[in-house]
Amino acid sequence: MTAATLAEPRFSQPSRLTLLLRYLRRNKSLAVGLLILLGLIIFTTHGLLTADLDNAYPLSVKTKQPPGLEFPFGTDYFGRDLYVAMVVGLWQTALIGVLAGALGTLIGVVLGFTSAYFGGWIDAAIKSLCQILTPIPAFLIQVIIASSLDKRDVTIFTMAFVVVLLAWMGPTLVVRAQVLTMKERQFVAVAKLSGMGDLGIIFGEIMPNLLPFIAAAFVDQVFKAVFASFYLAVLGLGPLREPLMGNIIWAAQGQSAFFNNWWWWPLAPAAAMVLILSSLALINMGLDELANPRVRRTE
Amino acid sequence: MSIQLVIRRVLFLILVVWSASTITFFIPRLSSKNPVRERFAELARLGGFSPQDLETIVASYNKQFGLDNPLGQQYLDYLMAIARLDLGVSLNKFPKTVIDLIMDSLPWTITLLLVTTILSFIIGNLLGAIAAWPRAPQWMRTLATPFILFQGIPPVLMGVLLLFFVAFRLKLAPLGGAYSTGVIPDWSSVEFVLDVARHQILPALALILGSVGGWVLSMRGMGVTVQGEDYVVFAEHKGLGGAAIFRDYYLRNALLPQVTGLALALGTVITSAIVVESMFALPGLGRVLDAAIRANDFFVIYGVVLFVTIAVATLMVLVEFLYPLLDPRVRHE
Repeated sequence: MTAATLAEPRFSQPSRLTLLLRYLRRNKSLAVGLLILLGLIIFTTHGLLTADLDNAYPLSVKTKQPPGLEFPFGTDYFGRDLYVAMVVGLWQTALIGVLAGALGTLIGVVLGFTSAYFGGWIDAAIKSLCQILTPIPAFLIQVIIASSLDKRDVTIFTMAFVVVLLAWMGPTLVVRAQVLTMKERQFVAVAKLSGMGDLGIIFGEIMPNLLPFIAAAFVDQVFKAVFASFYLAVLGLGPLREPLMGNIIWAAQGQSAFFNNWWWWPLAPAAAMVLILSSLALINMGLDELANPRVRRTE
Repeated sequence: MSIQLVIRRVLFLILVVWSASTITFFIPRLSSKNPVRERFAELARLGGFSPQDLETIVASYNKQFGLDNPLGQQYLDYLMAIARLDLGVSLNKFPKTVIDLIMDSLPWTITLLLVTTILSFIIGNLLGAIAAWPRAPQWMRTLATPFILFQGIPPVLMGVLLLFFVAFRLKLAPLGGAYSTGVIPDWSSVEFVLDVARHQILPALALILGSVGGWVLSMRGMGVTVQGEDYVVFAEHKGLGGAAIFRDYYLRNALLPQVTGLALALGTVITSAIVVESMFALPGLGRVLDAAIRANDFFVIYGVVLFVTIAVATLMVLVEFLYPLLDPRVRHE
């Protein structure tokens, strides 16, 4: 007798990519944000590879040309090709954002961990430092730092540094709060009882569970860094020669661009900035939903 | 509220102000840049006196402002001066003091800030509460969506876009300035007041549009939480009407944390207003700061920053004192 061989029930596990795409379909803000970011990355990379980057600096092309075939975004009063300026400016903005964001998050993670995991006077010191610094508007202190710098010392890197100096408190408090709750969970107790060392517990047990929060904090930091460096540049405290979006808007306002009918001059950087900040804000919102399912919308 | 709590908060406020003053004192001195020399070197380049005299002028200014004293002495003098609200003099508009410049421009900034903050707080929280309220009509709930999409756009960028579309293209509003050129300021004439209002519309709109989204977003999150609370369910079971539940049970409770949010947002709100003012060339703190940055008038930059910092920290503590008035649960503790 031939035993009826039951076919092994096969549950096809969807591939990681399908799962990711499915998640993105539910999490629309993350999807749209990533899409805009991808578009910006393609625009910049393409521009960096093909355009003559010197044209992003003053005195390189015909001045005050409206957008047209030769100059898709027009040129400004100082003879920058605004298309190339956008390419370089986007790249520089990304550089400031990622540098300051990464550094701020790193400091925050280290301080937050130290504070929550070891407790005692270290915790008290770090916590009160954060609490005292929080009511002080970071941007205004950044104005002081940026205006104290010698004009020649203001570069893309010092901008990132200025921004990060007062931007680590947020991640510190977030990581601290998360570690505090995680420390009490059973898996940490088990790890401790089984003789795992402090570092082992931090990196092996707590860190993996913290990653979504750290990712969310990172994007938040990048957003804040881009925002802060943009504000500094709009006030004329940025590296004036570089084609950062804020610098161009500052220069355009200084030359009364709208009064003089050079409408395209401030518009190009403003549009670029709207895309950058919206994409970061949308990704931020999406990651928030991922890290903190309680705010997930009931749909 | 207990006296102890008040004392604790006031001590905290003093600590914050002291830290802010210390930061604004030491940062400029850490840098190799000498504000007085910088300013006069610029004047010397423009002509007017020979560069050889520069050192003499700088030395006499340093003496005049006490900048040649030992650092500790300078620091103490500085703290004492701040306690008297003396923020020094302007290098550019000497002998005007920094506090004079601030006081001249402060009414403009405060009016703009009050109007825009109150409006955006009300609009944002209402839209957010409706967006999270399942029984609201669909069209009302989607009103919030554009604001959520644009919540990442800061007021200054809104300003540039409004300048382009409303002022430049449609010519519905002026391109900047406090009032039309050639008009003599006269607050008793209706015409002048209307002209000023017309010039304030775009900056105010930029600030409102740029900050409504944040309120919508946090209120929507808060609304979802409050809906699940027992007292809302209880009110429904009691048979209360939708409007009553929305107003008295749902909105009122969801609004409480938003007031704390308002205190936390103050710093951002004020810095945004300052940058928008400088963009629209309005005669507020923003223009004072902008002019000071353009003219290398460092004492004014430091003074304005310190003044706003102290104001923000004080307001934050004040909001905390007001909180018990809104939330009876805190009052009884």
